Amino acid sequence: MGVREEFSTDAMQFAPQLYSTALRMTRNRADAEDLVQETFIKAWRAFDSYQQGTNLRAWLFRIMTNTFINKYNARQRRPDETELDEVEELFLYRRIGAFDQSQFGVSAEDQTLQMFTDDEIKNALEDLPEQYRLPVLLSDVDGFSYKEIAEMLEIPIGTVMSRLHRGRKSMQKALYQYAKDRGLIDESLLETGN
Amino acid sequence: MADCRETLAELETYLDKELGAERTEEILAHLKGCTDCQGAFEFHFELRVAVRRQALTDEVDEGFLERLKGCFGEEILGDTPGR
Repeated sequence: MGVREEFSTDAMQFAPQLYSTALRMTRNRADAEDLVQETFIKAWRAFDSYQQGTNLRAWLFRIMTNTFINKYNARQRRPDETELDEVEELFLYRRIGAFDQSQFGVSAEDQTLQMFTDDEIKNALEDLPEQYRLPVLLSDVDGFSYKEIAEMLEIPIGTVMSRLHRGRKSMQKALYQYAKDRGLIDESLLETGN
Repeated sequence: MADCRETLAELETYLDKELGAERTEEILAHLKGCTDCQGAFEFHFELRVAVRRQALTDEVDEGFLERLKGCFGEEILGDTPGR
């Protein structure tokens, strides 16, 4: 198999993951499909500059992130605006994690995993303002390191860390609200500490 | 050894696997003897697992995958500047 053929086969295996992230970035199917397609075309054309043996997945995500930022004018380098409410530390844990597990009828380990629906998790991610959404997606969903995310977004590592911190807290607050809306949380229990 | 406040302050960095070896040792030493902090770490670890797993459950359209394969063709390279 030629190197280019091998490259396209390797790239295709990342298509579902790229698509999921693109969907969280653009928040609709048509734009997400366009974004992944544009990413693959750019990657194919830039193949000569791709160093064999380097991380193909990171390279593709980098192209996709850049394409998204440029296409949607989603500037990442502007200073953090106060778009997010201040959320206390360990927000969700203090409300859910410390609960009496038995009321959910599941073991402690399964509890968090079963508490939220896929759509709730996806909506909580998609509702984050862009400058927080991108780092959280690239870290929590795609598992990139601070350094890789800093390079992709062209922001300092310290900014990656602070945006992850604030973005995650905001996401937890949204998840809490979903759980509350579904009647999974009895706030009177929280107040009495039972 | 780190105390509760220091340990919880490192929670995210630890889960992100970005904490240095020495600091990781200190945090793990604290966690061994502190069920409160253990609970917080386990909860956030599980939440990470849930987010990662559930955020990647989107159905990918077969027709779209076919179109993607078309991105890797000679004709795509044809109009590349400088080729």
